[in-house]
Amino acid sequence: MRVVIAEDSVLLRAGLTTLLEASGIAVVAAVPDAETLLRSVAQHRPDLTIVDVRMAPTYRDEGVKAALVLRQQWPEIGVLLLSQYVEERYATELLSTSTSGIGYLLKDRVADVTEFLDALRRVAAGGTALDPEVVAQLLQRRQDPLFRLTPRELDVLRLMAEGRSNQGVAASLNISPSAVEKHVNNIFTKLDLPPTEVDHRRVLAVLRYLDG
Amino acid sequence: MAGHVVRPEGAGYRAFVTPRDQPPTHRPARATVAVVIALTLAVLGWIVVIGLPVLVWYWPVWRLLYGNDQYGFLGSWPITPVLLLLAAGLTLFGWPALIRAVTTAHRLRLVHLLGVSVPPPPRPEGPLWTVAWRELLSPATWRQFAYHLVAPLPAAAATVAVMAAWLVAYPRAAGFAVALAELDAAAARALLGPSQHEQLARQVAELTHSRSAVIAATDAERRRIERDLHDGAQQRLVSLAMKLGLTRTTMTDVPDSVRDAIAEAHEEAKIALVELRSFVRGLHPPVLEDRGLDAALSGLCTMAPIPVRLRVRVPQRCPPVVEAVAYFVVAEALTNVARHARAERAEVVVEQLAHRLHIVVSDDGRGGARPGAGTGLVGLAQRVAAVDGTLSIESPTGGPTRITVDLPCAS
Repeated sequence: MRVVIAEDSVLLRAGLTTLLEASGIAVVAAVPDAETLLRSVAQHRPDLTIVDVRMAPTYRDEGVKAALVLRQQWPEIGVLLLSQYVEERYATELLSTSTSGIGYLLKDRVADVTEFLDALRRVAAGGTALDPEVVAQLLQRRQDPLFRLTPRELDVLRLMAEGRSNQGVAASLNISPSAVEKHVNNIFTKLDLPPTEVDHRRVLAVLRYLDG
Repeated sequence: MAGHVVRPEGAGYRAFVTPRDQPPTHRPARATVAVVIALTLAVLGWIVVIGLPVLVWYWPVWRLLYGNDQYGFLGSWPITPVLLLLAAGLTLFGWPALIRAVTTAHRLRLVHLLGVSVPPPPRPEGPLWTVAWRELLSPATWRQFAYHLVAPLPAAAATVAVMAAWLVAYPRAAGFAVALAELDAAAARALLGPSQHEQLARQVAELTHSRSAVIAATDAERRRIERDLHDGAQQRLVSLAMKLGLTRTTMTDVPDSVRDAIAEAHEEAKIALVELRSFVRGLHPPVLEDRGLDAALSGLCTMAPIPVRLRVRVPQRCPPVVEAVAYFVVAEALTNVARHARAERAEVVVEQLAHRLHIVVSDDGRGGARPGAGTGLVGLAQRVAAVDGTLSIESPTGGPTRITVDLPCAS
C-alpha cells in the first residue's frame, strides 16, 4: 500500500511515517499543507491519503476542503482525515459526497496501532472508518427515529457505521455472528428496508442515519 | 510647610520655594498674574465674541430696517438679502469657532498659571453642515458664550481688588489672591468645561469602549491559548501515545512487568489526550470560527447526554465575540440541564431578528434553577451583560426551565 501524509506538525508527520513504515506500508510523500498534498497526490497517485484537518495557511479546515477536492478528483483514492477534535458538521460534509473510501478519526486513535492500521486498510480498500465519537454525534443528531431500535441494535448500527463487517461487529460486542445477523435484520425491518436486488441494504441503513 | 523637598528629577535651587505638595492654585503670585491675564483675555474675548457679530449684523439689519444704509454708499441697491446671508453664514460657521478659541485661551491660562485643567466640552460629530448647526445650538457653546459675555466685569473687579489688596493689606493679599483663583477656576469649570451630564456621557462612552476592548482581548486570548495547545501539547501528546502504542505492539518479548508498565503509560497518555481535548474545546471550539454558530452548536448538541433539538436561523454571521458568548451560553445551559434538570429532552432555538440574536434553551426537567448554587448562571449572565445582552431564566419548581438570551448582533 502507498500512502501520502499531509500533517502540519513535524513531530506527527515523522511519527506517522515511522509507524506506517514499521508496519510495511510505503509512505511516498509526507507534506505539511493542503496545496502540496494535492500536488503530491497528482504526482504519486497513492492508494490512500492521511490528511490533517488544520493546516497552513489559515489553520482552520484546510484538510476538510482538501479531502472534498480529493474525493471529487480521484474517487478511487481513499482519504483518512485526522483531527484533534471531530465535528459532526465536517463529517456530514465529507459523507455527503460518498461513503466509500473515506475515514474520519480523532488523532488519539493512532495510539492504538492495530486498530488504526485496520481502519487505514479499510479506507484504502474502499470502506469507511468513522471515529466512534463521530458516529455517536451523527446518531445523536438522528435521535428521534432511533427510539424504535433497542440499545443492542443501536450498538450494532454504530459498528456498521464505523465500517465493520458482521464478523467485526460480533467480535467487538462479544456475541455470535448469527446474533449479529438477527440484529441487522431487525434494523432493516425497523428502518423499512425490504430486501431487493438492486440496493445494498447495509449501506442504506447507515446512510439513512448518517446522511439524513 | 516649606520643609526639605525631594525632587526626583533633581531640579536646581529656587529662590522662591513653593511647597510642591500644594496645587498651583495656592500660589499667590501665580494667582495674581492669572487674575490680570483673565482681565486681558476677558476684554479681548468680549471684543471677539460680542463685537465681531455685532459688526457683521449691523449693516444688513440697518438696511433691512431702513431700506438703505446710513452711509449712503451702495444706496438702495437690492443687496440686503446677500448681506443677511453672509452674516448668517459667518455666524453659523465662524462664531462657535471664535467662542472656542477664546475658551481655549482661558483654558491655557488656567492650566499654566493655576494648574487647573478644564477638559474641553464635547463637540458634535457628523457631516460639516449638521455639525455647525448643532454646535451653534449646543448648550456647551452657550455656556461658554455666557462666560465670555459676563467675564470682563468680575475680571476687572477682581483685578482692582487684588491690586488694592497687595498695596493696602499686604500680608493678607496672598490669601485673597488664592481665594480669587479658586473662584476663577470654579467658574471656568462650570461654564467652559463639559457639564456633569456631558462628563457622564463621555465616561459611559469610554467605559463601553474599554469594556468591549477587554472582552475582545479575553476572547482573542482564549483563541491564542487554544491554538498554542493544539500546536504544542496536543501534538506532542499524540506523538507520545503513538510511540507508546507502537512500543506496546512491537515489544512482545519483554518481561511482564515491563509490558504492564508500557501498557499503563499508554493508557494514561490516551486519558490525558481525552482530558486535554475536552478542556481545549471548552476554551474555544475552532469550528465556531470556521463554520459559524450553526455548526458549532450542532456539534455541541450532539455531544449532550440527552436528545437536544436544535433550530438555528442565523442568515448573517455575528461579530466573533457575540458568537462566542452565544456558544458558551448554550454550552453552559446544556451542562446545567444535564447536571441538574433531570430532563428527558431539551430544545435550543437561535434566531437572528433585526440585528438581535435571540437564544432560547428549554428543557422538560424539574425546574427550580436559580442563579448561584454552582450553576454557572451568574457567570453566564455576566458574559451576556458584557456585550450588552440580556438573560432571563424562567424555572418554576416542577419545571419546565426556559433560559432566554438576547444579544446585539450588529455586523
